[in-house]
Amino acid sequence: MSFFRYVLLNRAELLTSTVEHIGLVAVSSGLAILIGVPAGILLTRNPRLRAPVLGLANVVQTIPSLALFGFLIPIPFIGGIGARTAIIALVLYGMLPLIRNTYTGIASVDPAVREAARGMGMTDAQVLWIVELRLAAPVILAGIRIAVVLGVGIGTIAAAIGGGGLGEFIFRGVAMVNSAVILAGAVPAALLALIADGGLHLLERRLDWRR
Amino acid sequence: MPDLIQFREAAYRVNGRVLLGPLSLSVCQGDRVVLLGKSGAGKTTALRLINALLLPSTGEVLVSGRSTRDWDRVRLRRSIGYVIQEIGLFPHLSVERNVGLVPRLERWPAARVRERVAELLRLVGLPPGDFARRLPHELSGGQRQRVGVARALAADPPILLCDEPFGAVDPLARQELQVEFKTLAERLGKTIVFVTHDVREAVALASRIALLDQGRLVFAGTVEEFNLTPDPQVTALRGLL
Repeated sequence: MSFFRYVLLNRAELLTSTVEHIGLVAVSSGLAILIGVPAGILLTRNPRLRAPVLGLANVVQTIPSLALFGFLIPIPFIGGIGARTAIIALVLYGMLPLIRNTYTGIASVDPAVREAARGMGMTDAQVLWIVELRLAAPVILAGIRIAVVLGVGIGTIAAAIGGGGLGEFIFRGVAMVNSAVILAGAVPAALLALIADGGLHLLERRLDWRR
Repeated sequence: MPDLIQFREAAYRVNGRVLLGPLSLSVCQGDRVVLLGKSGAGKTTALRLINALLLPSTGEVLVSGRSTRDWDRVRLRRSIGYVIQEIGLFPHLSVERNVGLVPRLERWPAARVRERVAELLRLVGLPPGDFARRLPHELSGGQRQRVGVARALAADPPILLCDEPFGAVDPLARQELQVEFKTLAERLGKTIVFVTHDVREAVALASRIALLDQGRLVFAGTVEEFNLTPDPQVTALRGLL
């Protein structure tokens, strides 16, 4: 059976899986941003935490993704079979680019600009919001872009632990040794990654004050 | 004249290293005090003690009669204009927004901020029509420095602190800026503490000069006294004029 015929025949299920996949990535990326960006800010305030935190995030990143999903299953409360475990794994993967880029973006703000901001009587919060985060925005957004694109790809493995998404088709295709079925999962996943990459890249350029 | 700024045996140390020895110095209202000295003399440290970017390790610094330790730091800094050599203009904000920042933080109405920014840009010789909308990277070094001065004056602070503000500007533009700055300072009646390592600049701008060396005050007096004192360190510097 050809790829196009398979897609046409299974379009309803494919649509559901695509929506599931977008949901997985959106929720996990959202959580990763909510945790990763403040964590990155915290590192700029406590340089001593930098090495251990980035080291830990690095280690998580090196765990093969299938293994990480597997490791999470037996863990009580956060583990188990299903989308929740998959989302946690995706959040863990998104941590490194987000923490690292937030830290780098803020740390590379010109010290003179920071000195001027403080000297002018900005509160710490104003220095952060008006100056540091605004100047670091393109770098932080680049981190978000990496995390999202990574999430779209790694998200296909969620299906291995019952998390749903486009991986369903890929695993089914592998089991059936049918490349049309694999492609039915892989092509939409690749398209999602391209769209996310392109869209976030546009946003990144708009926020770039150097232009 | 009341002392607006007063160093009382104020010293600053980091990890046991003395950056500024116990310093006692008074700055009266309307004074233009130049802190003169080589790099590492403690000039910048002294300046940063005034707007509480640093707090003295021992002794105290009084601004308007109150120790910088007791001031609300944000309030203190908003009443002090601050110009640094690297200027520190916000690269993502237009000239207009850079200059109007403190008034905006102080919640002035938008129309008043606009008016004030235009007034200040004219004051520092930058026609607002040409310059208000530009970004800092679209300005020359001298123009950026003018914007830095305008920004420091924005909320009409009684005190202005300047840390080698013209240090990175080419010599010709520098002399022009010095002359204009002095005229401006005299006209506005601001109390100014100005840091430089350039003797000519010090003599050109100061009403009083304080000479620092390795964290210690070597000489303090009016420009006339600076020109007459037999103090060997001052005589050596006068030789550079």
